[in-house]
Amino acid sequence: MTNQTINTSEASQWVDVCDINDLTPETGVCALVGEQQVAIFYSGKLDQLFAIDNYDPIGKANVLSRGIIGSIGERICVASPLYKQHFDLTTGECLEQAEHRIRAYPVNLAGNRVQVGIR
Amino acid sequence: MTTERIIVVGNGMVGHKFIDTVINSDNAEKFEIVTFSEEPRLAYDRVKLSAYFSGSSVDDLMLTSEEHYQSAGVVYTLNDKVVEIDGDAKTVTTAAGKVEGYDKLVLATGSFPFVPPIPGKDQPHCLVYRTIEDLEEITASAQESKVGVVVGGGLLGLEAANALKNLGLETHVVEFAPRLMAVQLDEGGGDLLRRKIESLDVNVHTEKNTKNIGAGKKRRYVMEFTDGSELETDMIVFSAGIRPQDELARNNGIDIGERGGIVVDNFCRTSVEDVYAIGECALWDGKIFGLVAPGYHMAKVAYSHINGSSDQFTGADMSTKLKLLGVDVASIGDAHARTPGAQTYTYEDGVNEVYKRIIVSEDGKKLLGAVLVGDAEAYGTLQQMCVNDMALPDSPEQLILPASDGSAGASMGVDALPDTAQLCSCLDVTKGDIVDAVQGGCCSMGDIKDKTGASTGCGGCAALVKSVMDKELENLGVEVNNHLCEHFAYSRAELADIVRVKKIESFDALLDSHGQGGLGCEICKPAVGSILASFWNDYVLEDKHMGLQDTNDIYLGNMQKDGTYSIVPRVAGGEITPDKLIVLGQVAKEFNLYTKVTGGQRIDLFGAQLHELPTIWKQLVDAGFETGHAYGKSLRTVKSCVGSTWCRYGVQDSVGMAIALENRYKGVRSPHKIKFGVSGCTRECAEAQSKDFGIIATENGWNLYVCGNGGMRPRHADLFATDLDDETLVKYIDRVMMFYIRTADRLQRTSVWLENLEGGLDYLRDVVINDKLSIAQELEDNMTSNIGKYQCEWKTTIESPEKLKRFRHFINSEKQDENLAYVVERDQRRPANETERENQIPAVEVTV
Ligand code: SRM
Ligand SMILES: Cc1cc2nc3c(=O)[nH]c(=O)nc-3n(C[C@H](O)[C@H](O)[C@H](O)COP(=O)(O)OP(=O)(O)OC[C@H]3O[C@@H](n4cnc5c(N)ncnc54)[C@H](O)[C@@H]3O)c2cc1C
Ligand code: SF4
Ligand code: FES
Repeated sequence: MTNQTINTSEASQWVDVCDINDLTPETGVCALVGEQQVAIFYSGKLDQLFAIDNYDPIGKANVLSRGIIGSIGERICVASPLYKQHFDLTTGECLEQAEHRIRAYPVNLAGNRVQVGIR
Repeated sequence: MTTERIIVVGNGMVGHKFIDTVINSDNAEKFEIVTFSEEPRLAYDRVKLSAYFSGSSVDDLMLTSEEHYQSAGVVYTLNDKVVEIDGDAKTVTTAAGKVEGYDKLVLATGSFPFVPPIPGKDQPHCLVYRTIEDLEEITASAQESKVGVVVGGGLLGLEAANALKNLGLETHVVEFAPRLMAVQLDEGGGDLLRRKIESLDVNVHTEKNTKNIGAGKKRRYVMEFTDGSELETDMIVFSAGIRPQDELARNNGIDIGERGGIVVDNFCRTSVEDVYAIGECALWDGKIFGLVAPGYHMAKVAYSHINGSSDQFTGADMSTKLKLLGVDVASIGDAHARTPGAQTYTYEDGVNEVYKRIIVSEDGKKLLGAVLVGDAEAYGTLQQMCVNDMALPDSPEQLILPASDGSAGASMGVDALPDTAQLCSCLDVTKGDIVDAVQGGCCSMGDIKDKTGASTGCGGCAALVKSVMDKELENLGVEVNNHLCEHFAYSRAELADIVRVKKIESFDALLDSHGQGGLGCEICKPAVGSILASFWNDYVLEDKHMGLQDTNDIYLGNMQKDGTYSIVPRVAGGEITPDKLIVLGQVAKEFNLYTKVTGGQRIDLFGAQLHELPTIWKQLVDAGFETGHAYGKSLRTVKSCVGSTWCRYGVQDSVGMAIALENRYKGVRSPHKIKFGVSGCTRECAEAQSKDFGIIATENGWNLYVCGNGGMRPRHADLFATDLDDETLVKYIDRVMMFYIRTADRLQRTSVWLENLEGGLDYLRDVVINDKLSIAQELEDNMTSNIGKYQCEWKTTIESPEKLKRFRHFINSEKQDENLAYVVERDQRRPANETERENQIPAVEVTV
């Protein structure tokens, strides 16, 4: 298991979220980090964790954790379950409508615990 | 060798096209080019300017680069304006004082946005929409604004309105004329466009003449109209038309038209020797052309004349096709029926919001023009008929009527087009050019764009160019790519065969053995998930299948717009006991669910949150309900009429048959959803002929109809076999359904599947009834095995504590989603819309 997905040094504080076994490979869950809804995905194939905002700015609902993840070329994305726009899991960029960029968060695995980094 | 020196004033789209034509011509080395731009950069794609709001960068929009000009020897000056022409000395002078001599002078100064002389128009936040700098100002202003008004409801005005809307502003369009896009559309088209745009929350105000812009009470400004009404706003974008930028020519003795524009002849020459004018600044035959394609044509003509040839500019087709705020709009030729004797045909579909009108010549033989709103699919065909003077069919109305078989009425075999037909007017690409490109090896739209430039301008020609390309590929015997997506170079039907024959049981195994790398995506995952379920019928939420399930299947409910779910228990055949009805009512009441009878004869409970689903389903399962698979690409409902048990005309027990069929096929996953109807007699109260499988009772048994469809493109089912006994009926349905599951495309309903099945209905009968392929037994066995593995997915789920963990909004908190907001309407709750939300106090205060 890779310990970090994006530059962990960006995080000033790690928030403990759940056990890695709470995550089904290739799907997501939503976690409350502070007051923020964060969608956390675990790809077993890549052995990697990702975290982005749960709010879909296009569908305007807190649903991204419930989307299908996959790859578009080299990019790892989630397709919004509402209207299927893709959001890059490492940068938060929306592939179809670039003006809708959401936040991506550092994630870390400490033992079996999944942690999300906040600044 | 002596070179000729050409000065090009203005480096906009057309000025650049001229330069590009010169430097790419065989005689390029004969000319030396100098160009001046008033803007801070070289030419960019103004047509795609709005893309700047949706993320395109300046670099994406650039049509050329400084390096490119340098390497081609083009001398350029940016940020400097030419202010004087001396036609005798043959020199120009710039604002910065630079003087340059020329042999030929080309004016490509474009146009500027017209701002009506309204008092108050020069205040901050009163802007225009023409350059990248304008867009930057609009973005900045939007950040300090809540409400925005576009003055002008023409083509550009509506584009600007779209931009304001995307910037999050409450958007208004104020138009002087009685309708939108008055230049291109007739009354009917303009009215429909207005309705559509208003339904997108853009407020349209027509017949409004602004007399003053003053200080507002609630917002920054108030616009006062001559009819006494007012509109408060924070910012204004003027888009009330363009005026040719002819100041330079006007001040230096070059002939100007009465209402502006530099007068040119067929060679684009002005009244002063060796001075040409091209693009939006040029006035030809009393007309200014506000589109880029005619400008590009002028650029070629002017160069041809300078280079000693004699091409001429003789007018241009002003047809346009656009998507404005998501609405398809097209205008072709004489849209206003101004030609004497012109006759019109109008088709209006108020339900689907489509308006189409064609204008034909007095003798009914030629198409003069057309207006399309809401559905512009016929644009390519109609535009070609118009510009190529092609003969009209005997009944021209066919061009705009939806054909009875559902295909677009106006589809014209592209074979009928002459090779000289111009498909792409922006880039002047003909059918012949496309055919040559395909013969030269192009086999995708990407290749065609790179090679010919077609479709890289406004994009209006894309559909037509693609059909010419596909047709030519077909003529060459090249198979058109049917790959599911970038991860699988197979069609859905091919993958279904692979899964079935090689007994593949998971997505990962299929991706590893037959995929092209990557992780898969939201196209192939659900498609493969459905194929696996069709053949092996495992529990869909097994760990290895869970990540494949689409929006609805993954939580076994239909996701609603606010992220909550609907609950649809199965009510086979629409028959339900009073006790069960009471349970539905109790559950709905307990969880405050919006309740509605569906079009499929059952009851839908809306607005359940993720964490409520298991509790609700537990109560329903305990009361004897099962999942209704309203979320699945699988059997939905079998609609029935009351039949012989009660009805005085009924000849068979249609309810009994409907329940039997629904219970037999429930849960079977298929390429798309499947619906049945069973009617007890020929009066057909169950509307069975609009279903995938329609069964109608006869004195002697059942008539089976197949491949009907309601929905977006209704199709009556075809009569497949008559007077069947119960057993044969079921046998035939098993076979047809399994054959469909094996061979259909992803998300293809049975109707479209049959229409694309080679050999059609006769072939299907041959396979199913005569067992032509000797697979009938196999099809039945597949079906039997699938049915044998049925389980109510909700029952399985609520019995598994592991699976239930996922049914909560937060993995680490019992809190609920705070974003949900409801209002009560007609005694039930429903999601609040945006305005209602804004006026509501948030249910939970955020504590710091
Ligand atoms: C609830 C219901 C409307 C209602 O209030 O009556 C409904 C609701 C939806 N329909 Fe429907 N359809 C409903 C009956 C129909 C019918 C009528 C019928 O079945 O007799 C039709 C036309 C018949 C047909 O399918 O041929 C119908 C044709 C569609 C279509 C167009 C399909 C097509 O081939 O053109 C879609 C879109 C699609 O599937 O791609 C659709 C899609 C949808 C979706 C799934 C849209 C979505 O993705 O959210 C809606 C789900 C709502 C939900 O959360 O439950 N619905 N839909 C009806 C549920 C019936 C049921 O008990 O299961
Ligand atoms: C938002 C928008 C959307 C559009 N959409 C479409 C569309 O879908 N389809 C379509 O066909 N057309 C469209 N158009 C119109 C199209 O952009 C114009 O037809 C085209 O740009 C005209 O090219 P031009 O070179 O004549 O003028 P321009 O592109 O305006 O170029 C003229 C240039 O000359 C410069 N200039 C002027 N005077 C001087 C001077 N004295 N010295 C130096 N430089 C000078 C100007 O600053 C400018 O850079 C659209 C326009 C806009 C604004
Ligand atoms: S027609 Fe069907 S899909 Fe459309 S809004 Fe109504 S229920 Fe939804
Ligand atoms: S017609 Fe505009 S891109 Fe082809």
